Amino acid sequence: MNVFFNIAFLVFKKDFTIELKSREIVYTTLLFALSCILIFSLTFVVEGQPLAEAAAGIVWIAIAFSGTLALGRTFERERYSETLRALLIAPAPRAAIYVGKLLGMVALLAAAEVLLVPLVAVLFQANLLGQLPLLAPLLLLGTIGFAGVGTLFAAMLVRARTRDVLLPILLYPITVPVMIAGVRGTSALLQDPAEPALAIMWIGILASFDVVFVTLALWTFEPLMTE
Amino acid sequence: MRKAFIPLLVVATAMFAYAPIFIANAPYESTMLLIQKVMYFHAPSGMVMLISGVISGVASALFLFRKSRAADHVALAAAELTAVYGVIVLLSGPLWARKAWGVWWVWDARLTMAFVGWLIALAYLVVRKYGGPGSEKLAAGLALFGAANVPFIYLSVNIWRTIHPQTTVAPTLPAGMREPFWFCVAAFFLLYSLLMTTRVRLERQRATLDDLYLAAED
Repeated sequence: MNVFFNIAFLVFKKDFTIELKSREIVYTTLLFALSCILIFSLTFVVEGQPLAEAAAGIVWIAIAFSGTLALGRTFERERYSETLRALLIAPAPRAAIYVGKLLGMVALLAAAEVLLVPLVAVLFQANLLGQLPLLAPLLLLGTIGFAGVGTLFAAMLVRARTRDVLLPILLYPITVPVMIAGVRGTSALLQDPAEPALAIMWIGILASFDVVFVTLALWTFEPLMTE
Repeated sequence: MRKAFIPLLVVATAMFAYAPIFIANAPYESTMLLIQKVMYFHAPSGMVMLISGVISGVASALFLFRKSRAADHVALAAAELTAVYGVIVLLSGPLWARKAWGVWWVWDARLTMAFVGWLIALAYLVVRKYGGPGSEKLAAGLALFGAANVPFIYLSVNIWRTIHPQTTVAPTLPAGMREPFWFCVAAFFLLYSLLMTTRVRLERQRATLDDLYLAAED
C-alpha cells in the first residue's frame, strides 16, 4: 500500500514540477476562467444588479469549463513525446498513476478556485466568503468528483482522434450530479438567511458520488488503458 | 431465436396494428381526456429505454473485464436502441406535458434523467463513430459510467424538484386502462427484443467480415 501512494505521489510531483517550470496550464486555465466570468457578467447582470443566485451557477460553470480545458492540456502534454506510454509501461500499479494524475488535477483546480471564488464574490456581490466553512468542503468534494471522472476520460481520450471535442461531450452528462449538488449547495449557502442543513445534505450527496465514481475509475483505469 | 424470429415479427406487427384500436376503446381519463392516451406509448417506451441503457452498461462492463466481443455487440445494439427509444420518449412526453403542465418541458427529475441518459447514449455512438481505433473501450467506459450515473441524477433532481407522475401510477391503473397499457408494454418489449436480435446479429456478421478481410490480407 505504501508503494502505491509513493508512486501516486511521484506522478503528482512530476506533474507539479513541470507545471512549476512552465506555469502554462495554471495561467491559461485562470485566464479562461476570467473570460468565463466576463461572459457571465454580460448575461446575468441586469441594470447593474447581478441576478439572485447567479453567483452559485457562475462559480460552478467556470470550474467545469476551465477544468475541461486543464484536463485536455494536461494530457496533451503527456502525448507530445509519448510520455503517457512510458508511464503506463513503468512497473507500477495503473491505479496509482491515476491517483497521481487526479491529485495534480485537484491541486490545479483548487488553485484556480482560490482565485475564482473571491473574485465572483466581489464582482457579483455574493456572500461566498462568509460561508467558507461549508463552501470549502462543497468545492473540494465537487472538484474531486469532477476531476475523478475527468482524469479517467481525458486519459482514455489521449489515443482518440477527436479528443478535444469528445472530452466535454463525455464529461458533462456524466458530471451532471456534481453540478446539481454543487450549484444547489452553494445557492443554499447564499440564501438570506443561509440554509446550512441543506448545504450539508448536498455535501453528503457529493461525498457518496465521489466514493462511487473514484472507486469505479480505479477499477476501470487498468482495462481501459490497456491496448 | 432465428426460427422464432419471423413468427414473432408477425405477432409484433399484429400487436402494433391492434394497439391503436385497443387504446381508442379505453376509457377517457377524467381531466386529461384524449391527450392522456399518449401514456400508452410514452410509458412503455420509457421502460424499454431505461432497461436498454442498463443492458448497455452491464454488457460494456463484461466487454471491459472479460474482453467478450459478443458483449460489445450487445452494448452497441442496446446503446443505439436507447437512443431510438429516447427519441420516442422525448417527443411523446412534451405532447402530454403541454396539456398537463402548460409547458413543453420542465427540468424535473425524471425528465432530466431521461434527457441525460439519451445524451450519454448519443455520446456513446459519437465516440464509436468518430473516436478512431480503440474507441470501443472508450465507449464502454462511458456506458459503464453512464449506467452508474442514472441513480445519482435521479436522486439529486428528485430532492431538488419533481412534478412527474410517480411510478406508482402504472400498477394502480383502473380496469379498462390497465389492459391496453400492459398490452402496449408487451408490444414495445417484443419489438425491442426483435430489434436487439437483428442489430446484434448484424454487428456479429460485420465483425466476422472484418476478421475475414484481415485474414485475407495476411
